[in-house]
Amino acid sequence: MTTQNAPREIVEDAAASAGDLAVQMIEVNKWYGDFHVLRDINLEVFRRERIVICGPSGSGKSTLIRCINRLEEHQSGRIIVDGVELTEDVKKIEEIRREVGMVFQHFNLFPHLTVLENCTLAPIWVKRMPKKEAEEIAMHFLEKVRIPEQAHKYPGQLSGGQQQRVAIARSLCMKPQIMLFDEPTSALDPEMIKEVLDVMVELAESGMTMLVVTHEMGFARQVADRVIFMDQGQIVEMNTPDEFFSNPKSERTKLFLSQILH
Amino acid sequence: MTTETRRIVFYRDEMLPPKPPPPATTGVIGWMRRNLFSDWWNTLLTFIGLYIIWLIVSWLVDFAILSAVFTGEDRNACLPKNGVEVGACWAFVNARFNQFMDGFYPTDQEWRYLLLYAVGIVLLVPLLIPKAPYKGLNALLLFGAYPLLAYLLLYGAPSLGLPVVETTQWGGLLLTLVIASVGIVISLPLGILFALGRRSELPVIRFLSIVFIEFWRGVPLITVLFMSSVMLPLFLPEDVTLDKVIRPLVGVALFAAAYMAEVVRGGLQAIPKGQYEAAQALGLTYWRMMGLIILPQALKLVIPGIVNTFIGLFKDTSLVSIIGLFDLLGIVQSALSDPKWSTPTTAATAYLFLALTYWLFCFGMSRYSIFMERYLHTGHKR
Repeated sequence: MTTQNAPREIVEDAAASAGDLAVQMIEVNKWYGDFHVLRDINLEVFRRERIVICGPSGSGKSTLIRCINRLEEHQSGRIIVDGVELTEDVKKIEEIRREVGMVFQHFNLFPHLTVLENCTLAPIWVKRMPKKEAEEIAMHFLEKVRIPEQAHKYPGQLSGGQQQRVAIARSLCMKPQIMLFDEPTSALDPEMIKEVLDVMVELAESGMTMLVVTHEMGFARQVADRVIFMDQGQIVEMNTPDEFFSNPKSERTKLFLSQILH
Repeated sequence: MTTETRRIVFYRDEMLPPKPPPPATTGVIGWMRRNLFSDWWNTLLTFIGLYIIWLIVSWLVDFAILSAVFTGEDRNACLPKNGVEVGACWAFVNARFNQFMDGFYPTDQEWRYLLLYAVGIVLLVPLLIPKAPYKGLNALLLFGAYPLLAYLLLYGAPSLGLPVVETTQWGGLLLTLVIASVGIVISLPLGILFALGRRSELPVIRFLSIVFIEFWRGVPLITVLFMSSVMLPLFLPEDVTLDKVIRPLVGVALFAAAYMAEVVRGGLQAIPKGQYEAAQALGLTYWRMMGLIILPQALKLVIPGIVNTFIGLFKDTSLVSIIGLFDLLGIVQSALSDPKWSTPTTAATAYLFLALTYWLFCFGMSRYSIFMERYLHTGHKR
């Protein structure tokens, strides 16, 4: 019985050097007031790795990925992204944000700008790219997400699925090293989920490092290298998708899976 | 017993085409039927309303046009004729028109402010038309070069052959426009800064912004004007004299800035957190995030409030007549005491003229704000 409380680790023989790490979280803790949202998070994400994070609501999974680009501040422990440690230093934070793209549940497109302007804004103002070059890159990624014909429309004229694909293109225009997805399909009508997942699958196949918070278990099975299950601010289980779904180790994971896989 | 067939299965392969709405619910007839004559009570109210409108309009037309006196040298023109009172005494306004426009500005120098008005219109109109090109250059000229030109033309520069016209000689509509436009141009950017300051995460900046806003909002404008004209000189060293027009001008601008700050803050609060997060996630710095993402949306939302403040400021400029400046209201009122034009309808005419002039400017601003709201709304409804 004693072994059940102690976290068990299966160390794979991947001889990882620090240069292969995209994200490293060491003993990360975070509180909202008295509420302990992230508890002793240890996570290493390798380059080109695809990680799916799932868990019940309030388990801290969104908070975890939002710490990676400092939309949330962690209060203890270390987070190292692309070799740069996140501290109070605003310059470092901006440097990391240039390398880390993020896609939100509610798209968060800028409604006063056209689709094309949404995509070129950051390259022009953050990377100081000439407008013409930024537009070429934007059109390239809008073609990748299969909506180049919508470039001159405003976000409000698009469907939810189209908006989310624009949001993905907007992030990709910054040529990020890492992409974070925070429940990208949760706010979509059922008919539109597939078009967004298809784009994400293609992105995964292109070798992008991805951390995806989602409940789309089909997606997890198809593209994830590792699946992480979180509950009460802790990583409860981390496993390959095959093992995670067919042979979960933790009782909590089994319960969760039995609830969502009807 | 009746047999009832209940339909359980239903399907269609062809979708229904849209049909036109029933007649007499659309167009002018439909609108009138719904809003004016929907039942006997509404019909009665409609007729009573029409009667009241008729009473007002017919009186106004009679007073301002039909029985009005348009020409005349002095009060004799506007005295009751055969025991019947005449209408508006426009002859009085006509005789004093120059003074109403510029106060005591020397007559031979009038071209200076007329030229300034003309340049102002040439610069302002294209800036107000959204589709006109060269917005950046246009704004630079209007907000950079134009104030300098205004100073040179209005105040004068002896080295350029323009004799000095002291601000004490400025008055009438000219003074009203100077105070209002300077107030408008200063209060908007200042208001935006204080709104951002009040929402800042830096405690000192937030505290100072709150102090500024709450101080100016908590003091009546009249008090501000009196303090600026009576008390301020007492605190300044003997040899420092601040211009009599500059002092209330600064007061009006800061006063409006405090109100503007709260209007803008209202807009900032309406922007969802996701917009900030998306901008931050893309690596935008604070000022770029505010300037490119947050403020364009927030200001668009509060256009009615901003224009409301502008209109309030424009009308509040008339309070400077209390501290001895002869703005449009001040100069008209002082003209009323002239015995040469003392007739039963002089005052009514003068105030009608005042009301019309103020109304024209304020209504213009109001219409423009409605136009901008509609223009900015197209395309991205959400």
